[in-house]
Amino acid sequence: MPISSIASADGQELTISIQGRFDFGAHQEFRDAYEKVAVTPKSYVIDMKGATYLDSSALGMLLLLRDHAGGDNARIRLLNCNSDVRKILSISNFEQLFQIG
Amino acid sequence: MSEACTVLIAEDNAADRLLLSTIVSKQGHRVLVAGNGAEAVELFQQERPQLVLMDALMPVMDGFEATRQIKQLAGDELVPVIFLTSLSETEALVRALDAGGDDFLSKPYNKVILQAKLGAMLRMRALHSTVLQQRDLIVKHNEHLLTEQRVAKAVFDRIAHAGCLHAPNIRYLQSPFALFNGDLLLAAFTPSGGMNIFLGDFTGHGLPAAVGAMPLAEVFYGMTAKGFSIADVLREMNQKLKRILPVGVFCCATLLHLNLHQRVLEVWNGGLPAGVLRRKRDGTQHALISRNLPLGIVEAERFNDHCEVFAIEEGDRILLWSDGVPECSNVQGEMFGEERLRELIAASRHENLYDSVRDGLQAFSGEQQDDMSLVEIAVVDEASLPRQSMPVSGSTKQSPLDWSASFDFRASTLQAFNPLPFLMQWLLEVQELRPLAGTLHTILTEVFSNALEHGVLGLDSALKADANGFAAYYHERQQRLEQLKEGWVRLSFDHRPDQQGGALTIRVSDSGGGIPQHVLQMNTPSTPFSGRGLRLLHELADQCWREEGDGSLNIRVRWQHE
Repeated sequence: MPISSIASADGQELTISIQGRFDFGAHQEFRDAYEKVAVTPKSYVIDMKGATYLDSSALGMLLLLRDHAGGDNARIRLLNCNSDVRKILSISNFEQLFQIG
Repeated sequence: MSEACTVLIAEDNAADRLLLSTIVSKQGHRVLVAGNGAEAVELFQQERPQLVLMDALMPVMDGFEATRQIKQLAGDELVPVIFLTSLSETEALVRALDAGGDDFLSKPYNKVILQAKLGAMLRMRALHSTVLQQRDLIVKHNEHLLTEQRVAKAVFDRIAHAGCLHAPNIRYLQSPFALFNGDLLLAAFTPSGGMNIFLGDFTGHGLPAAVGAMPLAEVFYGMTAKGFSIADVLREMNQKLKRILPVGVFCCATLLHLNLHQRVLEVWNGGLPAGVLRRKRDGTQHALISRNLPLGIVEAERFNDHCEVFAIEEGDRILLWSDGVPECSNVQGEMFGEERLRELIAASRHENLYDSVRDGLQAFSGEQQDDMSLVEIAVVDEASLPRQSMPVSGSTKQSPLDWSASFDFRASTLQAFNPLPFLMQWLLEVQELRPLAGTLHTILTEVFSNALEHGVLGLDSALKADANGFAAYYHERQQRLEQLKEGWVRLSFDHRPDQQGGALTIRVSDSGGGIPQHVLQMNTPSTPFSGRGLRLLHELADQCWREEGDGSLNIRVRWQHE
């Protein structure tokens, strides 16, 4: 499964891992990864270690998660981005909305 | 059990014919019988049976020829033909298949096998007809979709082509249906003869990507025509998209303003690949980097409308493109890529910038791809561009001809508000001034920014002596404006009718004591980057003088009766 999510032991943080291409094809799966979970996390981690590619609809999906997680109050970190992914995030200046590490 | 249908039996042997008819009709099907191939073809034409049992060897016309003809008559429809045969030679079986036969039944006939084969063939037939129906449906839907897109595009073109993409200094490459790939390219003259150019790229494809284009185009053309700054246009665009688009849909965009009088380029880029400003003089390039979030993501309070400012000269070129350009691929599926594009741009001769990039892309990908936009804007002498004058309204309403008004704009207002579009709207209530709209807008822009920058903010235009100083000047302007606590600009208007027509006098004063006399008298620009504004006032106005008392600058513009 290209997208999986796992909550921390205390349920405060949800880690969503992306594998392969992160594009419109992953839309439903990505939503399920944070909507169909039993916990209500305070913060989110998107682990991009396995993500090879990201397109503008993936940026849209990240915005949907941000909205779901409280909009301007959302705490979302994007971790392990490769240089291509990081470049796309930076052209769109998404570091203003997400913590990118 | 399959549905009842009509089965044609072609068999020259009467006993076999009877046997087969009995088995088939007991299964509930209607039976037609023929004694040779020619009769079979004739019956097929008359009755259009759904399935055929065909003897191979018959007098008059054999089963192979009859099958060929029946298959041809059936066209798209699947009419299974089962060959009845005692033939066991491979060659004859191959001939049966070549003629269009679908299956065989060997003599002597076995009732159970015949029933099973009939059932299987009829199931195949049903499947085939479902596929055909779905194919037709898809074709119909597709035609419908294309018709809708054509209509939508025709409506959109009326709005999108209201602008000046056809201007001689603009060249662009865009598929006619780029709208449905989310790409949007708009260009319009500002009232003072400058130009605004917008290149946008919505997330997604198809209709969802196209819906935001219409309101954006309306905002762009409406506000550009009224002389709003691009910061104002951007704020309005962002707010409108934020309001109407669902979360997750947004528009990466670059908006440019070319001020051809002052030779200034303002750039705002949110999410598009960095375009290029290339100097004619020495071939140096400046990247027009994305420094902002795309349009339609953040609320108005968080939106950053700050533009970068570059000095430009005649012959400089600006090249912008959407993601589709570096992402276009060749037949091997390899992407063109950002690096190759930058190399191509760097290697091209200045006057062939656009052609080199376009040809390079076409050589690489073989054909024009659907979802790319490429646009080049050349900095030209304003006089070489066609200038549209504002239409005089057809209403018989009486123009206000004898009036005066005065406005004071104080510190906090100067920080956040551009009064010119509103003043212009008021001035143009005088119908007779409409043909002079461009001139008036240019004059107001010059005198207002002069009063603000030198009078109120105390900036020294000597700073604009070179390209670095030029950037520093606009940086300083931004900083001082943000910290502004006091100061004012006063704009007074006085319009009076006279024998020949009428005259509008604009008087500008500011808290810094107005424009010094020696500056006003300078008739030639002191450096390539400054001093153009005042020379321009002398050219545009009928009279231009400084009032000794308050240091105010006075400009008179006359119009005459037709």
